[in-house]
Amino acid sequence: MKLPPVEYEAPTTVAEAIDLLAEHLDEASVLAGGQSLIPLLALRLARPAVLIDINGIDELSGVSATDGWVAIGAMTREYVAEESEEVADTVPLLAAALPLIGHEAIRSRGTIGGSLAHADPAAELPAVARALDAEFVMRGPSGERVIPAAQWFEGFLTTSRRPDELLVEVRFPAARRGAGVSFQEVARRHGDFAIVGLAVSLALSGGVISDARLAFAGMSDVPVRAAAAEDLLTGERPSAELFDEAARRATSDVDPPADLHGSSEYRKTVAAAVVRRGLRAAADNARERQ
Amino acid sequence: MADITLRVNGATCTGSPEARKTLADFLRDDLNLTGTHVGCEHGVCGACTVIVDGRAVRSCLMLAVQAAGSEVTTIEGLAPDGGLGTLQQAMWDSHSFQCGFCTPGFVMQATAFLSNHSDAGEQQIREALSGNICRCTGYQSIIDGVLLAAERNRER
Repeated sequence: MKLPPVEYEAPTTVAEAIDLLAEHLDEASVLAGGQSLIPLLALRLARPAVLIDINGIDELSGVSATDGWVAIGAMTREYVAEESEEVADTVPLLAAALPLIGHEAIRSRGTIGGSLAHADPAAELPAVARALDAEFVMRGPSGERVIPAAQWFEGFLTTSRRPDELLVEVRFPAARRGAGVSFQEVARRHGDFAIVGLAVSLALSGGVISDARLAFAGMSDVPVRAAAAEDLLTGERPSAELFDEAARRATSDVDPPADLHGSSEYRKTVAAAVVRRGLRAAADNARERQ
Repeated sequence: MADITLRVNGATCTGSPEARKTLADFLRDDLNLTGTHVGCEHGVCGACTVIVDGRAVRSCLMLAVQAAGSEVTTIEGLAPDGGLGTLQQAMWDSHSFQCGFCTPGFVMQATAFLSNHSDAGEQQIREALSGNICRCTGYQSIIDGVLLAAERNRER
């Protein structure tokens, strides 16, 4: 369908954008790459009175690495992050997930901040942010605050952003030395939303897993960590038996949604398979990187 | 309404689209460039793919006002002299279409892809075109056409 009538503002600075947000609050939607918001408008699933288009705010784009973190401006296009050597070298899990987002033409326009603020629980970037404990830098009328990923995702398409705040930057911690990563997903067609997705990071030290991070996409209304599996893995040596047990623990206490693409029970079976695959791939990747 | 100026297929164009008008509808309704096809209107089918500042984008997921100052290429801009470009000829030779509705989107997506991946093989081409939907061909003939174009480009 055609988009409904909507007011349109195109600020060129963060300060202007925040003034507009403070004025319109819940009546406004922030337009970044538009690859999720424009469909929501076309389908009448979102009916903002005002679009605040942040594409003209140059200060919101860019990738920079500083002391253990990679900071990505909220308006940074997904293809830019995909082609970034800093991202590839420093946050390999993010680099592994980016090519799986939508299709090439979607990544031409889609942004890092937009995907994370849209907070689709089946999307790749929310799972990566949750696995790595990324930080969300917000700016509003009363200044700046930083929200950890564990507190960012509140529900389906819902975050802890206040209506007068703008997401300006997302910070990802640099991968530890010896960390191996993998992003797994099962989808009907490449580029579709995952039936189940999994972000995995395993750090090995002297052949023993020193840090295990697993976050599911598509298993709940928010991206979720597989804490029971992480606890099991930490301090152990990688083995097929260990990974089988991790898959059992990761899926023993979950109640994934059912939809056209699969029942809840099917999703649990797929989830166990992607845990085994993801752990194997991450362990292999860790050995390659040592 | 906002006044915008952009370059489309090498020519400077102006317009005053409503904010809610997509680039696809602006190209078709305001500039009479109806080669860009509108299928699903929510970014799933790829029929409306055009090239904006060198990258393939879905013109139904971009507002016309956002294209102000951009360089846009549509299917009409690929062979302005009325002939066929290498990719178009290769797709013709490979029978890469039946009803033709999806074809402009496939051609634009493949054009953007081949310009950066002249050595692409079949698997990469399948991947690059995976966001475009065709309900007639079964895709094989489209892949064949793009592969043939890549081969002819390399021979030149």
